[in-house]
Amino acid sequence: MTALLSLSGLTRRFGGLTAVNALGFDIGEGEVVGLLGPNGSGKTTALNMISGALKPSGGEIRLRGEPIGGLSAHRIARKGVARTFQLVRILPSLTVAENVLAGLAFRGEPLWGEAARDEADLLLRKVGLEGRAGEAAEQLTYIDQKRVELARALAARPSLLLLDEWLAGLNPAELRTGIDLVSHLRDTGITILLVEHVMEAVRALCGRCIVMNAGTKIADGETPAVLRDAEVVRAYLGTAHA
Amino acid sequence: MRTALGFAAAAIVFAVLAFAPFYLDAYGIGLMIGMTGYVTLASAWGLFSGRTGYVSLATVAFFGMGAYTVAVLNETLPYPVILLVAGAIGLLVAVVVGFSTLRLAGVYFVIFTFGLAELIRQLVTWFETTVTGTLGRYIFLPVGPEHIYWQLLVLCAATLFITWWVGRSRLGLALRVIADDEVVASHIGIDIARTKLALFSVSAVIITLVGAIQAPRWTYVEPAIVFNPTVSFLTLIMALLGGASRLWGPALGAIPLFLLFEWLSANFPDHYSILLGLLFIVIVFVLPRGVAGFAKDLTRRRPGGTPAAPKLDAAPLGTESREARS
Repeated sequence: MTALLSLSGLTRRFGGLTAVNALGFDIGEGEVVGLLGPNGSGKTTALNMISGALKPSGGEIRLRGEPIGGLSAHRIARKGVARTFQLVRILPSLTVAENVLAGLAFRGEPLWGEAARDEADLLLRKVGLEGRAGEAAEQLTYIDQKRVELARALAARPSLLLLDEWLAGLNPAELRTGIDLVSHLRDTGITILLVEHVMEAVRALCGRCIVMNAGTKIADGETPAVLRDAEVVRAYLGTAHA
Repeated sequence: MRTALGFAAAAIVFAVLAFAPFYLDAYGIGLMIGMTGYVTLASAWGLFSGRTGYVSLATVAFFGMGAYTVAVLNETLPYPVILLVAGAIGLLVAVVVGFSTLRLAGVYFVIFTFGLAELIRQLVTWFETTVTGTLGRYIFLPVGPEHIYWQLLVLCAATLFITWWVGRSRLGLALRVIADDEVVASHIGIDIARTKLALFSVSAVIITLVGAIQAPRWTYVEPAIVFNPTVSFLTLIMALLGGASRLWGPALGAIPLFLLFEWLSANFPDHYSILLGLLFIVIVFVLPRGVAGFAKDLTRRRPGGTPAAPKLDAAPLGTESREARS
């Protein structure tokens, strides 16, 4: 069976710095995979290459066997890769509903008009924003802006959803809500690659984890085993704890 | 229902305006031509710049190309064909310029467009003096002022219709998303370059046609007249005053400002430029979000008012666009 997402030898250099070095892994259909690592280990750079925000310096990215590495972001998005951003990026001058409509209107099979409005309502209900469609997106609270961003990503009906520290910066109650939301998505069968520092979320959501350090992959396997791995602990906490 | 009423009201206004030449003297018709011209220019400018936040100072580049095309071809081709050629030249230049510059952000785009207008003026001047050996051309076309006015009125109505249509279309939403955040735009599947290029081209063709239609008014044309940068600045300030991203905003700014400029240039011909400069400063300071934005602010202060204004009403002259953020 072909993997949904397949990376091989993926490399990105910024001048003399190699941010991602020969990264390779496969993600199967329906998997929820955590991409972990200390700050600066290259997680977001890898995510940016998958979504098309950055062009790889080398290596391959395949979506269902089709090479997508180096394509522009809008082409990759239309092939069914949706993402959220490390710092929440809603469209501030648009309403909540318009934010979601934007996700529907430009996907591979665009949805527009009455059908799109119905679908937007449905998505807003899914992320817990029913009845908020007409509100200005910029006036929402942080967690609600994250919900809008997620609804917009889901609007693309993605085959692969990339969540870049989507749960960061939430208070404990919001975090609980956030984890529930993502776990609900997982149950619908969507494939998710999740960059995350919140271990509680990683344990609750990811069946499998990939850990990066200094641009390379240092561990890949089932979450409990990976989190016990000596090298992973060393990378995160230093040698004294290993 | 509201749309139908809006269309009916617009149709009545344009019908009444169409009869104006039967009641006005030559000066009045001249005034209406100038006013309709600027309403069209400001609306076409707002169609692109008001929606994308890309402040263009290339208005006069296209306006001048339109006028100059008529000046060059007026003795060789039938008038309707000249208009088509002018439109085609505007489109061609817009596509070439758009391809090479729409990746520029914020103030770089402003400077480039200003430079483009100057470049085209200098090129035309150089070509005329060194190749054709003339500077200045005569336009003898059997097109009366009332015909110019009617053509402009049709173009103006078409521009407003296109603006209305874009506002309701996916293209309009794409532009608002781009104005808000280009990174998000590309990640939800919007082809930013193509979207901007499409709008820039439509806007440029309209501006070129305004120049072409108005050209027969001048009889004598030279680069310094038709490529006068004041046209770009007036268009911009009119659109900003009214609210560049709204359907009627540019018209709302263009009508009073045009009349004011006419009055100023008639009564203070020697100090016109100084007064104009002062006025620009006052407008940017007092109404940074335009008349329409100001009105919206007033309604917003009351409970139940609608919040959130789109891009260029909130981003006046000289404001950095949001690309820097990404």
